[in-house]
Amino acid sequence: MTALLVALGGACGALSRYGLDGVVRRWCASPFPWGTLVVNLLGSFLVAVVTGWAAFSGLGPAWLRPLLVSGLCGALTTFATFGQDTVRLYTSVGWGMAVRNVVVTVSGGVVAAVLGLGVVFLLRT
Amino acid sequence: MSEVSVGRWRFPWAALAVALGGALGALARHGVALWSGEAGFPWSTLLVNVVGCLLLGGLTVVVETSSVHRLVRPFLGVGVLGGFTTFSAYLVDAGGLLVAQRPVGALVYLLATVVLALAAVVCGAGLARRFVRRATPTAGEVERS
Repeated sequence: MTALLVALGGACGALSRYGLDGVVRRWCASPFPWGTLVVNLLGSFLVAVVTGWAAFSGLGPAWLRPLLVSGLCGALTTFATFGQDTVRLYTSVGWGMAVRNVVVTVSGGVVAAVLGLGVVFLLRT
Repeated sequence: MSEVSVGRWRFPWAALAVALGGALGALARHGVALWSGEAGFPWSTLLVNVVGCLLLGGLTVVVETSSVHRLVRPFLGVGVLGGFTTFSAYLVDAGGLLVAQRPVGALVYLLATVVLALAAVVCGAGLARRFVRRATPTAGEVERS
């Protein structure tokens, strides 16, 4: 049952990433991988909301973590494309852009996660 | 590729490949997490992300240098490897180390994953380039033979 939930969430997450990345790409044509950044930040925010909510209100329903955390958020976000994008930025644009991608993605992800926890905290009080 | 089309509507094969690949990738990641069990350091996510980067680095070279089916990239790249690797669990793991009062561990984990993942992309691409070169003889080799 857990495996089924992970697979379902994974399918939805990957499909959402594919769709969002396509929309962002059409929206702004740029060598900077905005699409990958958007899905990673969105997934970081969501995972913080779900895990934060689960931590505040006991563990939450049993289906929550496999479906939303391991499945949806796990597959909505990606590390492989982020790594591939960074190496491509280094070879096609230069060091500066590659370093910027790493710094913006990691620090942005931390900020998005903190914002997610903040939202849960505000809604709880 | 047999395209199923009704009027102007086309069956979204690429989206189906991404969804199926994403389910398989997420399942594989879940499997690695179960297999590695609970440890003091999030080795499972680190391993998944580094292996996924190695494979995507290789896949990208193969897709760009040789003629493969047009659904290979959406299925294996976007779906399986995109769903296998994860950025959200990477941050959750770092947060877990912080909660466990291990700020240095969290920082080391955040940095080490990025460094190892980028090195893995480069290694994967290098290995694939060697493999592709051996599989398809260069113009010089064709002349000599």
